[in-house]
Amino acid sequence: MMAKLTIPEEELMSPGHMGCLGCGATQAMRYVLKAAGKRTILSIPACCWAVMPGVWPNTCLQVPELYTPFETTGASISGIRAALDALGQEDINVIGFAGDGGTADIGIQALSGTADREDDVLYIMYDNEAYMNTGIQRSGSTPLGTWTTTTPVGVKGDWEKSPKKNVTAIMAAHGIPYIATATTGYPEDLIRKVKKALSIKGTKFIQIFSPCPTGWKMDPALTVSITKEALSTRAFNLFEIENGVYRITMKPKKTPLKEYLMKQGRFRHMPDDLIAKVEAGLDTAYENLLHLEEFTQKKAGSSQ
Amino acid sequence: MVKELLTGNKATAYGAMLARAQVIPAYPITPQTTIVERIADLISEGRMEAKFVKVESEHSAMAAAVAACNTGARAFTATSSHGLALMHEVLMWAAGARTPVVVVNVNRAMGPPWSVWADHQDAMAERDTGIIQFWCENNQEILDTVIMAHKVAEDPDIMLPALINQDAFFLSHTSEPVDVPDQEMVDRFLPPFNPKEKLDVDDPKGFGSLVMPPQYMEFRAKMAKSMDMARDLIRKVDREWEELTGRSYGGMMDMYRCDDAEFILFGAGTMMSTAKDVVDDMRNEGRKVGIARLRILRPFPFEEVRYLADRVKAIGVMDRTYTFGQGGPLYNEVNAQLYNHTNPPFTKNYVIGVGGRDVIPRHIRSLFDDLEKVQENGYGEEGEIHWWGLLDGSTPKEEM
Repeated sequence: MMAKLTIPEEELMSPGHMGCLGCGATQAMRYVLKAAGKRTILSIPACCWAVMPGVWPNTCLQVPELYTPFETTGASISGIRAALDALGQEDINVIGFAGDGGTADIGIQALSGTADREDDVLYIMYDNEAYMNTGIQRSGSTPLGTWTTTTPVGVKGDWEKSPKKNVTAIMAAHGIPYIATATTGYPEDLIRKVKKALSIKGTKFIQIFSPCPTGWKMDPALTVSITKEALSTRAFNLFEIENGVYRITMKPKKTPLKEYLMKQGRFRHMPDDLIAKVEAGLDTAYENLLHLEEFTQKKAGSSQ
Repeated sequence: MVKELLTGNKATAYGAMLARAQVIPAYPITPQTTIVERIADLISEGRMEAKFVKVESEHSAMAAAVAACNTGARAFTATSSHGLALMHEVLMWAAGARTPVVVVNVNRAMGPPWSVWADHQDAMAERDTGIIQFWCENNQEILDTVIMAHKVAEDPDIMLPALINQDAFFLSHTSEPVDVPDQEMVDRFLPPFNPKEKLDVDDPKGFGSLVMPPQYMEFRAKMAKSMDMARDLIRKVDREWEELTGRSYGGMMDMYRCDDAEFILFGAGTMMSTAKDVVDDMRNEGRKVGIARLRILRPFPFEEVRYLADRVKAIGVMDRTYTFGQGGPLYNEVNAQLYNHTNPPFTKNYVIGVGGRDVIPRHIRSLFDDLEKVQENGYGEEGEIHWWGLLDGSTPKEEM
């Protein structure tokens, strides 16, 4: 008896990409394309994925891809959708595929515009928690306490001083119909969410937690298992927000944050009191999420 | 053909409508706002078929326009001064991506101090981006140029974006009788946009990916070649338009009574209309004067400048802005063409009308008088660059 395939067989990303060993972003791309299929146009700003498809004239991607300036992903996918509408081409997915810096920082204005206009596009933020393509500089998505090349430990302890920016909350404030988080360690969940997003009209946003062994100073062999620990420590949570209703899609049993942190060189300097502070912040955020889930589901149930 | 009383901004909107722009991402800025308002109306009234993307900035306007063009749609946008400056990065991108987006820029001063009045610094600062630059002196020319610019920019040999300049308020908000061409005639002149390469799910390709140094230089050389090829095409398109409408703008340069002129003033925009009027009066007085009006800044009309150089005693170059530390931009452009030219004429730079100061007939006459004088006697103490009409007394009071 054969196991039922839960992941589409079709490969739209060929071998031969230029990513690092254990790159989560390459897995994210592979799964997103499996979910989206061939009738997809990608827009990619400056980020690792501007380099990883390969040097001209080669590309490992088998869908049309438009490279675009760093801060323009939102505007770019809006322009593509407007052109497809003008040309009468309807059954095509338009997907922006940007990193965390390109989304949470430099690209947030254009993304906000796209969401505000309710343009029919899917925006993917692959989140490796720093500017990795430029060599590990902190971004808005870098967690509290992280070492990066611009938040060095040094002798003064100049590690990242603010918690990870809550981009899904920013997107939720736009009132778009579908927001989700996913991670490369759970491809079936990721693919289901991308497919669901593409079945909905309007602006959709998915944040994919994508490990970066190079930037995280981590053994590449851990690229899958570390995502499970990220979930169980609440360093990252899997949920979706559909028309304002929250649903946490995985609620693993809590494990100590320190175990997750000590597997990654970017956190190894963190003193215990800082770890406790970070852990308390993550626990509170998770509790808030549980409350949001309860409240929004109850409200949706009572209004039906 | 219908004559309508149109402001420069309305003429711009009509131009976009007649050119059948398909995607118009735009953001409002004074004094461009009535362009986007009129386009919104034309779409709302059902007179124009276009997707109007109400973006959150000029940077996004240009980025969305480039993406639309890459997808195969004709894209148009409009802006002014700070908006054009914000677009700067994406103007370069549009040129490198070979996306023929057409942008109308209402020339306005850059702040600070804040000013919304006519000044050419905004567009001059974009000379190196790889965008073709048209400069207009009246509202008819604006409407006609929007249509012509699409034809030039979208030519398979060119495939570069185009910028069309019109002076703030002097054109943007001033009504003039404008002949609005028939749609059917414009359709014959301007075929639908159909780029050879576009984002196509049935023929997937990457656009704008990473290249290594050996290739990058080749791409840039191709851009340079296309920009140079645009000169002949601009002349040809101008002739075609003349055959259809009876209107020519001189191809690469608008030369007015230059044939036997000894002294000419060279400059851009509406102040050159005033200058033409003064030249008529001075010709009646027997003065051998003429006007060369900038029509195309990029590619620069070097042949036309050298043609004039062979025939005149002196060229006075009027700049409605300044390149700080290096004279007026047009002065530099003209002089650059003359350095390797045999027996160049005398040149002098007049910085005038900056930030919307009026340029009136008396000023033009004074410039010709001054040009004749310094050609005869040399620059004197003030040198070759004169900021005309400053309050410090450097310009004779009766000439201000």
